[in-house]
Amino acid sequence: MATREDIITRCQALYDDLDFTAARDWKDAKEGRHVIGFMPMYVAREIIHAAGMLPLGILGGGDQLEVIQGDAYYQSYICRIPRSTVELLLTDRLDFVDGMLFPSICDVIRNLSGMWKMLRPEVYSHYFDVPQNYMRDVGGEFYMHELNVLRHDLEKIGDITITDEALKNSIVVYNENRRLTRELYKFRSDTPWLAPSSEVYLINRAGMLIPVEDHNQLIKDYIEAASIEDRPKRDNSRVVVSGSFCEQPPLNLIKSIEMSGCYVVDDDYMLVNRWFTKEVPTDCDPIQALSYTFLEASVKMPSCFEPDEDIKGLYLVDTVRENNAEGVIFAAASFCDPALLERPLLQDVLNDADIPHISFKYAENTGQMQPIREQAGTFADSIKLWS
Amino acid sequence: MSAPVRKPSTDVQKDASMAKQKDMIESNFNRLGNVKNTGEKVSYTFVPGNLNELIMCFDMVGNYPEINAIQNGLRKKSGGMIMEAEKWGHSEDVCTYVKSDIGMMRKGNIGPTGLPIPEPDILMLSYTGCYTFLKWFELLRHEYKCETAMLHVPYTADGVITKSMTDYVVKQLKEEVIPKYEKVSGIKFDIDRLRENMALSAKAEDDFVWVLESAKNKPSPIDAYFGGIYYIGPIFTAFRGTELAVDYYKTLRSEIEERIRKGQGPITPEGEMKTEKYRIVTEGPPNYTSMREFWKMFYDEGAVVVASTYTKVGGTYDYGFRHDPSRPLESLAEYCMHCYTNRNLPERTRMLEGYINDYEADGLLINSIKSCNSFAAGELMMMREVEKRTGKPAAFVETDLVDPRYFSAANVKNRLESYFQMIDQKRRAGV
Amino acid sequence: MKCFIGIDLGSTTTKAVIMTEDREIIGRGITNSRSNYDTASRVAKQEAMIGARFTLLRRNLKGNKKLGDRQEAFLDDLERNFRREQFVEQLDDLKATCLRSSEGERFDDVRSTLTEVLDKVFVQLREESLELFAKGATRKSDFFRDIAGGRFLSLSEEISRDAGLKYDYALNVYDKSIIEVENRPPADNLEGKFLNGLQNLINESPELGISFDDVQGPVKDALSVELEETFVVGTGYGRVRLPFPKEHIRSEILCHGLGAHMMYPGTRTVLDIGGQDTKSIQIDQNGVVDNFQMNDRCAAGCGRYLGYIADEMNMGLHELGPIAMKSTKAVKINSTCTVFAGAELRDRLALGEKREDILAGLHRSIILRAMSIIARSGGITDEFTFTGGVAKNEAAVKALRELVKENYGDVTINIDPDSIYTGALGGAEFARRAVMEA
Repeated sequence: MATREDIITRCQALYDDLDFTAARDWKDAKEGRHVIGFMPMYVAREIIHAAGMLPLGILGGGDQLEVIQGDAYYQSYICRIPRSTVELLLTDRLDFVDGMLFPSICDVIRNLSGMWKMLRPEVYSHYFDVPQNYMRDVGGEFYMHELNVLRHDLEKIGDITITDEALKNSIVVYNENRRLTRELYKFRSDTPWLAPSSEVYLINRAGMLIPVEDHNQLIKDYIEAASIEDRPKRDNSRVVVSGSFCEQPPLNLIKSIEMSGCYVVDDDYMLVNRWFTKEVPTDCDPIQALSYTFLEASVKMPSCFEPDEDIKGLYLVDTVRENNAEGVIFAAASFCDPALLERPLLQDVLNDADIPHISFKYAENTGQMQPIREQAGTFADSIKLWS
Repeated sequence: MSAPVRKPSTDVQKDASMAKQKDMIESNFNRLGNVKNTGEKVSYTFVPGNLNELIMCFDMVGNYPEINAIQNGLRKKSGGMIMEAEKWGHSEDVCTYVKSDIGMMRKGNIGPTGLPIPEPDILMLSYTGCYTFLKWFELLRHEYKCETAMLHVPYTADGVITKSMTDYVVKQLKEEVIPKYEKVSGIKFDIDRLRENMALSAKAEDDFVWVLESAKNKPSPIDAYFGGIYYIGPIFTAFRGTELAVDYYKTLRSEIEERIRKGQGPITPEGEMKTEKYRIVTEGPPNYTSMREFWKMFYDEGAVVVASTYTKVGGTYDYGFRHDPSRPLESLAEYCMHCYTNRNLPERTRMLEGYINDYEADGLLINSIKSCNSFAAGELMMMREVEKRTGKPAAFVETDLVDPRYFSAANVKNRLESYFQMIDQKRRAGV
Repeated sequence: MKCFIGIDLGSTTTKAVIMTEDREIIGRGITNSRSNYDTASRVAKQEAMIGARFTLLRRNLKGNKKLGDRQEAFLDDLERNFRREQFVEQLDDLKATCLRSSEGERFDDVRSTLTEVLDKVFVQLREESLELFAKGATRKSDFFRDIAGGRFLSLSEEISRDAGLKYDYALNVYDKSIIEVENRPPADNLEGKFLNGLQNLINESPELGISFDDVQGPVKDALSVELEETFVVGTGYGRVRLPFPKEHIRSEILCHGLGAHMMYPGTRTVLDIGGQDTKSIQIDQNGVVDNFQMNDRCAAGCGRYLGYIADEMNMGLHELGPIAMKSTKAVKINSTCTVFAGAELRDRLALGEKREDILAGLHRSIILRAMSIIARSGGITDEFTFTGGVAKNEAAVKALRELVKENYGDVTINIDPDSIYTGALGGAEFARRAVMEA
């Protein structure tokens, strides 16, 4: 059995590799394989998987990529993830990717879909729209159409047919992946000293880069290895991190929060791996199943409209309660419209529920951790004083 | 029902359209300020993808928060409002239209003309080409706890409008928007009334397009950016689909016809522009807090804007779209999807290229707006591409919509001057 | 003699270049930009005129038998003596102004002591000026404010203390006066200063074995040539503040493009990093601007970034480059924001990173920003010319060379030590063309 160290070392190497060697190797291993990249938030990875292709999460360039050309495309008041993503493209680090999907997370990523079309007209790029209307015959119909467009596009790229059977199989595998991811989160929430956030994060990031079956095994192995270890339990405060669903905080930042006395018991770093709060059914039309599950069992997050004012923002209160958390850290990427526009509203909801919170901004390449350590540390201390 | 109008202004003849426009815009503020007495119901909505013809079917008065922000910006009131919103936890990074609006609300919701802005009976969230709209009305709903109708207008990412997209919007109109309006207003939807309104829209739209395209003349009789902002006022807001708007654009058109006959240039705040030295196409919204100053940097140098993308945010009529009474809901859906910021970057680039060629412009100026990622993200690539395709030089300045802290006059002027001189130098060198 | 003058009003310094109708550059001048742009441009112009006089004198002395091969040394000595005359003149002005400033009511109680202190300070300063401008002495700056200011402050602190006077008084008087002195139009009487300087030079260097009469002829000749201000063109950030008619003003983009073309006719891409802005300019074979881009609102890619870092590290701006050159491994600095870079710097120091490595990283980071601006304007086409104050910084130049090579391959990179005058040079050429090619 692999040790926890082995697993984390492997994940760290995957995380550090800005050339995506693992995905390249996967593609080269067999003739006719294709890799489809996708940006944060949510895409229906099941369809890509059913096409026999590898969904590859492109979550920016992190803090190790030197951005030169990418900066030439963006003003200083735009977040960093699109510029590092363009840098990855222009430095040929994505030259093996056969298609790119841009979810409807915000206007910046939306516009990036058009830039991709102009920068790489020969490569498939697609704006992956999701419905903001949640009625089955309205948003549901529209979304089924969108899913079918993706299905047909991938069929063309791979010169294959994606059968319903294949789709159902893929749904099963991803249901398992989501189940395991939730288990991992629960494991951390129950015993945060056994599963540091930085490790959980690396496990999740690995899931963006390797085949899902491989990742399912990886999560199992990690939980197994980590749960039998004896690691010291510290007197940390339990917090939820909110607002980091697109541009990712640097690993150092994730570590800094924990080092300053906070156990992160829930977060929204990446959401695609646990987007659905329940299993996608496999006993009906798979496209319809994906569509309806999206309408009825998606996680709540700022890029999706909440039709019901009565429950707007309560998702954060719920996760605080479910995880016995004592406070919320709003960590948003600078210039992130969804996170920053949602924040005052969420703060209001938290205030009503008497849940303490702090907030700061970061960029994926934030270098100085001292202010963050100070803020998070003070927050952790003050939580203890209050309780 | 049409909006009540103030008595016609007695300003000089050449400014008849200008006075008319001012009266119209003000009349809507008066109407809003008077709902306590009239009992009219209030609908808030956005400019891009607005459903004015439909809203009028329910006898409601429209409030346009973007217009309030603009008017507050022009009156130099927005700065304080933005700070007020930031005091309440809004980030300095986000859209200042939103913050100006929230700040105004927090300060008692007194509108730009000094009259109160009534609370909404319904928020019509036409989610068209701008992600911020979604958050904006969630924030307002959080305050007002009122009915909210969401209309998700799909982005035309592939440059086409598919049947699925149109069906989606039409269904939302039928199952989400119209029922909510019926409920709030107590008025049954009458599709014939919608048809009548749309017929009036189409009429005004013909004259509006003629006005915009008059800039193809040399010299251009209009400034299609700074002047254009006034021209779009009625048709982008509460007046599209009214006789008033038809009338306004007819008057405007005849004035411009007269200017063309006389070979006159555009009217600026300092009178008629005498010599047209540079013909410019602009991309991006203007800055409102220092608009006069900004405009002056153009007309002082003899620069006239002959085409702008900003005047297409409320509809790209010059590309042929007209509201079509024979298929009202489908046509409304298409209208929404056609709005400029709902178009993908390749399309937007093609439009800019087309404007430079069709209007025989000397170059492209991008006014990149900090608030507006929908416009701004990708503009630098568009700029390069347009330069490459047209061989005409482009310039790039950065300001904001209504945040006075983001207008550095010296900076902008420096760049504009350099740009105009560069065009001049190239001309002399015969490049 | 017809003189075509270009004046570049930058945010930190103001430069002037004088050109003849044969496109020969006969004088250059530089001064610190101050609140009064008009004065700054007059000072820069006068400095350029002084340079022109020296150029003329050099011509007149050519083949002078008495001097032989000591001509250059003689000119250097003369300039040094001239500078001292200039310095003393300004010192006298500062003293008079300080005394006037101390006439205010609030100094009533301490006036006599204050006057005493000021007298002593200026006597001392005057004495020091001999040393300051002695043969082989180096001065930390060419600007009066920098040289006199620092010394005034430390001397007056000491002397005030001895006199039992609160230091604040002297400080207060100085702050008020230096601005006044700086913003006063420069004094004329160049001839007087030249001749005094010459006399001093002869007195201090009997070993030269020359008399006043041996050289006064050529000096007087050089001074008597009429330098006609035929046409002046102003450029730079402050140009709009100049009381010049429009046809005498050109954008700095045009001037930099043309100036770079004149220095290196093969130039196609120009990068200028100044105090407040960074510009990338594309020019054609005639020096005509094809395209340009400037930094956005953010100051991270400008000279000011380095200034901020120098302040943070409590060092002189000119010390940064040499320290960074000692680095063997540049630390990656992530913050593109000037203010955050300061925080990151402290963070890195706390983590034990070496100062030179951090500084090397900061230099690389400023050049990275510049590379983005270059990319926006269309990239680098051979030849590439780097100008502006930052072009004098060897660590910045090193980072630039590396990054240009990484991104654009082998490109000829031109860097002139006097590139700070590029804009003014372009302005002078525009002035010349306005008259000669009209």
